[in-house]
This record gives sequence, structure tokens and C-alpha cells, in this order.
Amino acid sequence: MVLALALTGCSSSTTTSGSASAAPAITADTGKPITVWVDSDRAAASDAYKAAFPNDPVTVETYDGGANGSGTFRTKIQLFDTSGSGWPDVVFSTQNNDAAWASQGSNGKQAYAAVLNSGLIPDATISGFAKGALDPCTVDGKVYCLRNDLAQDVVWYNKTLMDQFGYKVPTTWEEYQALGDKLATEHPGYIIGAQGDPWTPEIYMWSSKCQANGITGATAVTVKTDSTECKRAASLLDDLRANKTVPNVSVFSPEFVTNYTGKVLMMPGPAWYGGALFQNTASVNVPAGQMAIAAPLPWKGEDAVTGDVGGATWFISSHSANPGLAAKFAEFVTTADAYQVDKAPGYPAFSAAATKWLAKQAASNYYATDMSALTTAGGEIWSGWGSGISSQEAIWAKTMTPGITAGKNLVDLLPDWQKAISDQYQVDGYTVN
Amino acid sequence: MKSNTSDGSSVGAGFLRRRSALADSPKRRMAPSAMSYAFVGPYLLFTIAFGLGPALYALYLGFTKRDGSGFAGFANFTHVMKDFRFVPAVEHVGFFVGIWLVALIILVTFFSLLVHSIGANRVRTSLRTIYYLPGALAGASSVMLWLFLLDPTASPANFLLRAMGMDSFNQVVVPSHMPVIFAIIAFWAGAGGWIVIMYGALNNISQEIMEAARIDGAGPLQLALRIQIPMIRKWITYMVIMSLAAGVQLFVEPQFLSQATQGSIPNDYSLNQLAYQYAFKQNDFHGASAISLLLLIVALSLSAIFVARGGLFDKE
Repeated sequence: MVLALALTGCSSSTTTSGSASAAPAITADTGKPITVWVDSDRAAASDAYKAAFPNDPVTVETYDGGANGSGTFRTKIQLFDTSGSGWPDVVFSTQNNDAAWASQGSNGKQAYAAVLNSGLIPDATISGFAKGALDPCTVDGKVYCLRNDLAQDVVWYNKTLMDQFGYKVPTTWEEYQALGDKLATEHPGYIIGAQGDPWTPEIYMWSSKCQANGITGATAVTVKTDSTECKRAASLLDDLRANKTVPNVSVFSPEFVTNYTGKVLMMPGPAWYGGALFQNTASVNVPAGQMAIAAPLPWKGEDAVTGDVGGATWFISSHSANPGLAAKFAEFVTTADAYQVDKAPGYPAFSAAATKWLAKQAASNYYATDMSALTTAGGEIWSGWGSGISSQEAIWAKTMTPGITAGKNLVDLLPDWQKAISDQYQVDGYTVN
Repeated sequence: MKSNTSDGSSVGAGFLRRRSALADSPKRRMAPSAMSYAFVGPYLLFTIAFGLGPALYALYLGFTKRDGSGFAGFANFTHVMKDFRFVPAVEHVGFFVGIWLVALIILVTFFSLLVHSIGANRVRTSLRTIYYLPGALAGASSVMLWLFLLDPTASPANFLLRAMGMDSFNQVVVPSHMPVIFAIIAFWAGAGGWIVIMYGALNNISQEIMEAARIDGAGPLQLALRIQIPMIRKWITYMVIMSLAAGVQLFVEPQFLSQATQGSIPNDYSLNQLAYQYAFKQNDFHGASAISLLLLIVALSLSAIFVARGGLFDKE
């Protein structure tokens, strides 16, 4: 113990780099204790860490993860900034745009997030994440967080229903729209998507290269929603909302489960839809062997790109009294098989873990096809849509959802959207172009 | 409690004389007992710690610069008032408070008179309890309950919602419906308490006056309009002032609905929410203080009008 005490304080984390499997701790970290914040779902991650390193002084506290725009993470950190103490050492956040504020000190205070790619986390680990996975964590070349999972959009579809109806899986967005029109007349009541969620733009607008969130610097954004790219996606949504094949309903509403269980033919959406909607008894609960995954759709004549809905992140505090242990913890929960492969519900952002996670999913035989589309999509996320401080989801929910609920068309609401995004970014201190 | 201890009656002159003699007694007025300090003390302490202190701190923050470099004049105020979210928030709160206060005045008075006029004691007591019950659910939990009531797929009253052409939760919680919905929630949760208070006030009206009016041929309507309502006017004013203070601070209901609707009720719907955004999202406590001071000024001046018009502090 004395020896261990002497050794700690510098870096106890380097011994567990890479995709270390959950080997039991050889030396416990006996340095200063750290506090870790997770949401209730990610308690599995901290449990896995405690099982692997039972003697490390890690205190776990549960909070809401900043979900649904609550902003708890930022709120609490700003209070700690004001009081000058109390910061948690490691924080899990369900949002992927927290680096935008956590990397910046406000009112002359030290920025909360520690820079991870200048020695705190080994380069080998940093480079082990999927291409583009750390983009939302990177500001001016510095990495401020580790990605927990990827939330790349793919095209989920029910292969059994497709075969039964005699349809082919569309290969472009134009074909997707045509299929919707056909489905509306031939099999009314079935759907090929949903547009009642705040992340609707992150599925349809992002993958159409609509420049609504063009982050060009730490506090600069370009917003341009009157482009062809925005209009074509908006008009696709308008058309398919009118014929009820992509209804204005949230996939997490009781209404969705009541009206569309067994009726989801297709559903463009993030990687986590698999576990959250289809393989979930509390949602539409599709039986095994029916659901399949297709790669993101391109618009005709273009390369396929896709969007990203969330994809959680882990931060390390720049105030931590024991950064070595904090780094060890963050590295473990993002890379170790004991959590990312064995327990995690979402597609791991760390490539080596993702490969094993896919193999595990394939072995379960739930999906009717292989899951390679997830890997394809992971590399196709369009970088023209950034991770700014203002929540695009909050803006969409506030501006567009009430508009279409009131019977307006998205195409006509695009100028309102532009204004709402610009206003919000300006209030948050950005230069808007 | 039938009593003839009326405040404004011209009968019972002996009682009135006794009462005013008590009030004018210098001993009573000038030398409060130690016990009265003991009663007032804790209240005073907490008011200073959690009311006056923070208010003064807000005053300080509201007039100082964000970077702490001294006096800012009205810069923080003009800054928040120019915010694109400010005017909508004022409108939202204004509509809500307007609808709610009118509903409170009319319906609470009506229901109190109604309960008061019921002869059977048991019915009266049970009605009062029923009115009061929703008030037992505190802010957040009553919103949770309303989330179910307002969802056409889950609500026991969904036939009403469907009759109004609303088939999904999204259609119910559109921004234009919100002032009415918040007013209904607030009325439902708070009116019962006020009905009980008004009922007490009505009980306080002396039976002699009521008898005299009846003998003069007043029916229930005239009794209510000419005797009862004028005599509980102070209580109605009191209700309006307290409700106004609570209403302009609208926060819990929209904050919850914002999360429940994934943000289609914005998280900057009310002025207090906007202040919250300033303090905890934009890290601008000075702007937040400016908004709360504006709220304070508005609530104070409106209250002053009601106090003056309602004769709340008039001596009888």
C-alpha cells in the first residue's frame, strides 16, 4: 500500500491503456478520491469499473445526464464555477455538444473540461476511436471528451414486411419518397419514418447536407436554410407527412406504440433506435428475425452522407485532484470490453469495442441481415453539421414542431428556422454568418 | 362558527366601541409582549435570509457589469429586454395571469357563495374538502398528473379532447393553448384553498345584516351582489394580489411541460424560465437579476393598484 501510494499521483492510468479487457486491478489507486457523475442507464458502466477495480476510491453519483435539454451538467458546473469548488472529476453526458461550452472558460473562469490529447489520455487510445467520433469533442484541435457511443443514422427496415408487400429497399431519398407515396395508397396505416421528435433535422436535414449548423470556429456558425439541400428534405417531409407515411409523432410517445406497433415498414434513425424501439418490449417490440439495417441513403447523384443523433460523451475535470484516476476511469468506460461490449446498449465509439459489439449482436440473431450498415454509416457522418453550443433539437422543437402541428409546411417554415437558429446562437455569444 | 363579530357592520355598536377601545389602547399598541417578538422573530429571520437578502443581492447584480467592473446603469435591463425571447415571454405570462386571475375572481367567488348557500352541513363540508383536495398535490406532481390528462391516448377525458379535434399530445400542447392550460392547472390546484378562505370570510358576515337584507326583500342574487361580495371585497383583493405574485413567477409548469414535450413548449416560455436560462445556461447572473427585478417592479406596481382599489388596508 505504501509503495502504491508513492507511485500514484503521477499516472496510474497508463497501465490500462488501449482496449484493456477487464483484468482485475493489480494495484489499487490510493490517491485522492474522485467523484463520477453518470445517468441511471450508465450506472452499469461505473458498476463494471467497480467490479474491475474494487479498491479504487471512486464515488459514483447519479444525475439526469443532461437529457432532454435539461442542461443539468452545464447548470451545475456553472454553480461550482461560481462557488469555486465541488466539481465532479468525471462526468457522463447524454449530449454531444457539451464540449462547446466546457472547453471555454466563461467570465474569466477556468474551462471545466481538461484537454485529453496532450498526455492525459494516451494517443493510442485517442486514435482508437472511430473516424469522426471525437469531432463533437474537438475544439481547435484539442480533444475535450471521449465519446461513449456513436449515434449515426442508418435506415432501419422490416424485412419481413418488405418481402410481404413486394417492395425493394430504396437506394436513394427520391426512391424513399416514392415508396412512401406508394405505401400510402397500397397499405395505409403503415409508416416509413416519424417526424415528431426534436432530432428530426438530425436525421433528414443533416443527411441532405442542409447547412443549418455550420460551426466554423469556437464561437462562429454559418446558418443557411434556404438552400436546395434544405428545401428538398423539407419538401420530402411535407409530402410524407401529408400522406401519413412519416407522421408528426414522437417515437417515444404512447401514441407511437399504440398506433404503429407492427406497422413500421422503415425508419431512418440513429443506431440506438435498434435497442430503444425495435428490440424493446416497452416500444414497438418487433419479433426477432424481422428487422434489418440498410446503409444511409444518398440523394440521387450524390454520395451518401448521414447525421448523428446524440452519442454520449465523458468529460474529465480540469480541476480534478487526481487526474490520473479520472483518466483511468474515463478510459475504462469508453474502451473496456467489460462495459462497452458486455453491457452497453449503444454502438461503441471505440472501434475495437465496436467490432466485438457487432459480433455479439450478430450472434444474438435478432436482426434479419448483418449489421455492417452501422459501420458504413459510422464513417459517413457529414462534417458540415457541427456541435455548437445551441441545441438544434431545442430550436426545432420550439420553432418547427408547433408549426407543422398547426398545419404549416416545413418548406414555408425554413426562413423561421433560419431566424430561430441565428437568434439562439447570437444569444449564446456566437458570430452568425 | 356563527358569530356577530362583524368588521363593517353598523349593528353591535357596543362591540365596535369595545373593539376600537382595545385598538386605541396605548398599552396594547406601544408595548408588544416578548411573546410577539418570539412569534415574529423566526419569520423575520427567514424573510431576511431568503427574501430580502437575495432581493438586495439581485439589486446589486442587476446594476453591476457582467465582468464585475462596476456600475452598469440600465445596461443589463436593456440587454435582456432586447433579447428575442423577452417579449414572447412577457406575452405568455401576461395572457396566463390575465386568464387565471379573471377565472379566480369569478369562479372562486361563485363557488364560495354556492357552498355557503347550501343548507345541509354535511354537503357543505364535503364540498369544501373536495374543492381543497387538488391543492394537496404540490406543483410538480400536479403537472405530472396533467400530462396524462392532456394526452388523448392516455387521458380519461380524451373524448373531450377528441371532440375539440385533438388526437395527439402534440396537438394539445401547441403554444397557443398554453396560457389556458396553465390557467386551468393553476386554478385546479389553487382555487380550493381560496374557496375555503372565502367561505370563512362569508361566515364572518353578521347574520343580522343578512337577516335585515332578507326582510327588505333581497333574493339570493341581490344578497350576493349587494351584501356578500362587497363585504368580502378585501379578501378577493388579497387573493388577487397573492395570485398575481405567484402567477408572474410561473416556472414549474412550463419547465416540466418543456421536458415532457421534448421542448416544443420552449424552456424559455415564461419570464422566470428566461431568468433561469440567463443564470444557468448563459452564466449571466446579472441579466437574470435584471429580469427578476423587472418582475418585482411589475408585481409590486400591480399589487399597489389592487391594494388602493380594493381598500385592503382601509380602516373600517
